[in-house]
Amino acid sequence: MGRETQRIEELLRELTPQVLGALVRRHGGFDSCEDAVQEALLAAAVQWRSDGVPDNPHGWLFTVASRRRTELWRNETARLRREQSAAALVGPDPEPISSIDDTLTLLLLCCHPALTPVSQVALTLRAVGGLSTAEIARAFLVPEATIGQRISRAKQRIQSTGAEFRMPTEAERPERVAAVLHVLYLIFNEGYTASSGSLLHRVELSAEAIRLTRQFHERLPHDGEVAGLLALMLLTDARRPARTSPDGGLIPLADQDREQWDETAIAEGIGLITNALANAPVGPYQLQAAIAAVHDEAVSPQDTDWAQILGLYELLRVLTPGPMVTLNRLVALAMVHGPQAGLRELAAARADPGLAGHHRVDAVRAHLLELAGDVEGARIAYRLAARRTLSIPEQRYLESRAARL
Amino acid sequence: MSGERVFPNLMEAAVKYLILIHTNPESLKIWEGLSDAQRMELGRGHMALTEALTESGELIVSEGLADPSMAKYVSVRDGRTLVSDGPFAEVKEHLAGLYLIECDSIERAIEHAAQAPDAAYSYVEVRPILDMSGWDF
Repeated sequence: MGRETQRIEELLRELTPQVLGALVRRHGGFDSCEDAVQEALLAAAVQWRSDGVPDNPHGWLFTVASRRRTELWRNETARLRREQSAAALVGPDPEPISSIDDTLTLLLLCCHPALTPVSQVALTLRAVGGLSTAEIARAFLVPEATIGQRISRAKQRIQSTGAEFRMPTEAERPERVAAVLHVLYLIFNEGYTASSGSLLHRVELSAEAIRLTRQFHERLPHDGEVAGLLALMLLTDARRPARTSPDGGLIPLADQDREQWDETAIAEGIGLITNALANAPVGPYQLQAAIAAVHDEAVSPQDTDWAQILGLYELLRVLTPGPMVTLNRLVALAMVHGPQAGLRELAAARADPGLAGHHRVDAVRAHLLELAGDVEGARIAYRLAARRTLSIPEQRYLESRAARL
Repeated sequence: MSGERVFPNLMEAAVKYLILIHTNPESLKIWEGLSDAQRMELGRGHMALTEALTESGELIVSEGLADPSMAKYVSVRDGRTLVSDGPFAEVKEHLAGLYLIECDSIERAIEHAAQAPDAAYSYVEVRPILDMSGWDF
């Protein structure tokens, strides 16, 4: 991609939520406005590349999208056709000052709790992220028709539930913010875990998630959990260069070349989480970011402050108990008090129905048995975990651990 | 392994599942005993499931397979491709159709599988698909 093309793409994606927000406020009807903006984006991508970026790119997009929306509207029903003369009057570009609120309002609308997570993700990436249906489909390795259907269904659902393009009330807000955080997390996780060479042409979903979370944080700078999620993403993404071997295999944290970690991202993440913990009520994203920060601050695996990590998991267990928190706490416990202590608690944790048959139990057990010197037991547990995982890189990793013993 | 998943306390992302419709001597016997109307109903059930999955944005692909007598068995030995007609005599059970779907939980996949008309006569299988996701070890 040429530099100019890339600049245009970045600009278009930055402008997408602003133009869409302005359009919805002027005309109403999120569904058709969203379609119109998509078409305006396509037109801009072609025309700006040949004729250059217009002086007022926001105004250009707004005008083209308005016109397109009127056409869409006109085609819909005869009744609406009669109203077209009124709708066709495109006024001046609405106040740019509202663009900040518009992006926020859009994010909250696209992550509406009435939608399923897969629909929230697809709609957010298109309406707020400015990605095309084809790009989203490539990123998630599903057919374009599947994503198209998820988006149109999500829009229908928004319409049928009567959800409006407005800021939620104070009472609604915590739940709505939590839904956005969850969607951003899902997007990041999808991008972060799919780092294999064969997926080279996928859109950089983790970069996109960081960009959107950054926007969200700019809009809600005092929300500790928003800052916590952004910090968590930065602190995790900082290890990306070191986590994959040239042959695509996963490199565990303990074996990573820490020289390759991204220092700038780590510094920014630590700054964010330190500030959030000092100024906002603590929450699960902040705790996870704090754990990631402890890992990132250790110059070697031996330097890791496991006692602090264990303490953070104790807090996390109180705030958001769950099978994965239980297991990860056990690993930290074993690092502080020895593998036997970890194995004893693991035996009790296996009674948790959320962990029954989960490969992570076997993987953790294998690791603890290996630390405890039970080679045969570790090998069996590694193989069992390898059979049960749904991840190809993880399967390879667990099999190699079994073979190495 | 000495670490945590990126986001340990949250649900995992959407997973792809394959719903496999098998045929075996017992289910064949049931099929042969069905009236035309019942067979038509079964076909409609599959169309309805495909439609519901398309509408919900969870369908990736759904197909019914031709009779196993139409299958070719392919092998390569010493660089030569060998083809033989199937099936081998000992094959008692074969694949008759499939749905590849993507959804948020195994429970949801099971709900869909239960809508496959074959579930009422024999059983259908739900298998998760491997992906490239990984843990942060």
